Amino acid sequence: MTMHPIGEDDLQGLVDERLDAARRREVEAYLDAHPEARMRTARMVALRAEMRAAFAPIATEPVPARLNLARMVEARRRPVRPTWQAMAAGLLLLIGGAGGWGLREVVSPIPTGIEALAQSASMNYAVYAPDHTRPVELAAANRDELAGWFSSRLKRPVGVPDLSGSGYHLMGGRLVATPQGPAGLLMYDDGHGARFVMLMRPMNVPGDAPMRPHTTETSNGYAWIQDGLGYSLVGTAVDTVLHPLADAIRRATAKNI
Amino acid sequence: MMDMMRLIGPLIPALRRYARALLRNPTDADDLVQDCLERAVGHWHQRQADGDARTWLFAILHNLAVTQMRQRVRRGAHMPIEDTAEANLAVAPTQESGLRHRDLMTALDALPEEQRSVLLLVTVEGLSYAETADVLAIPTGTVMSRLSRARDRMIQLMEGTETLAPTKRPLLRRIK
Repeated sequence: MTMHPIGEDDLQGLVDERLDAARRREVEAYLDAHPEARMRTARMVALRAEMRAAFAPIATEPVPARLNLARMVEARRRPVRPTWQAMAAGLLLLIGGAGGWGLREVVSPIPTGIEALAQSASMNYAVYAPDHTRPVELAAANRDELAGWFSSRLKRPVGVPDLSGSGYHLMGGRLVATPQGPAGLLMYDDGHGARFVMLMRPMNVPGDAPMRPHTTETSNGYAWIQDGLGYSLVGTAVDTVLHPLADAIRRATAKNI
Repeated sequence: MMDMMRLIGPLIPALRRYARALLRNPTDADDLVQDCLERAVGHWHQRQADGDARTWLFAILHNLAVTQMRQRVRRGAHMPIEDTAEANLAVAPTQESGLRHRDLMTALDALPEEQRSVLLLVTVEGLSYAETADVLAIPTGTVMSRLSRARDRMIQLMEGTETLAPTKRPLLRRIK
């Protein structure tokens, strides 16, 4: 009887219990004749068992609340929108049953609430972040003037968060137009040419909305609403950079306002 | 939507375990899983309908982890091994098993990143060689060779524990 020669993959397969019974017998026979390979395999088997035992307890821990999937889905589903529209959407859902959800686009062809905020922020990021001539209108040196300008046009006190603690410095800002009226746009950079913007504008409805990610083909962002003021942070950085930064801003603005 | 909850939900404990094995810090690891889940929820419709949810999620998580680990290296951030080893001790250890555990974690930290992920996905997460290749976007042959090298290296590191333990630790810290 001819047999495929035993290779390294067979030894790994034996360790991981991935061999079929026939092949396992062949490999075992090989190991009987090769004590060194037998010893090495035994060590690999022991290592595997040790690693599995070491990490197993993590998977049996209770999953923290912030990783609750239902809550995440719910947070994404609940855009802040004018009440009549929510009612209309609800009615359609009621009439249409599960299929009614598809009509969401029909009810609000133009984004509203936090979606509109996120869209405005992404658009302004795309226009101003790559600008080398005049990315900001008022430079960071005029921080107080910037805050005063935004506060008067947004008709509420608006702070200019300091992110130097996170390694990002304020370049400055400008007032920009959105379908919902004026918004303040701040621009920061990380000292290595990576820029991101934060757009702020008052929302139609008071209150808070949880932070949620939004993406376009060229940028990532996080948007949230705090006390009726909408914020959206946009950049090309990955979520693992943007998300903590958005959290830092939210903490800073919660203190200042 | 229900489909998504049904497929993703049961995988969360394993995703947490893989994230923690890679990053060590439990808070960082859960941050990463949170980002991964938010992405998965947001991009669920872009997933190939016949694709495997598990490899898809592990791939998202792995890519986020790699990005973060590279940023850590760039910024020179490192974690004190003293803290992280304790954080991983889910069960109160006897002194001897605690040391053994610490040696295991130290050896794991000393592996090149690409060997460590293969070893963890195959050994701890129980992914098949083909699934591991999918997650890491590498050929199965590469999975096999990295697995073999990772195991030999781990055994070598752990059997040389007496000389490895106190003197080399500061050096190993910087690798992360």
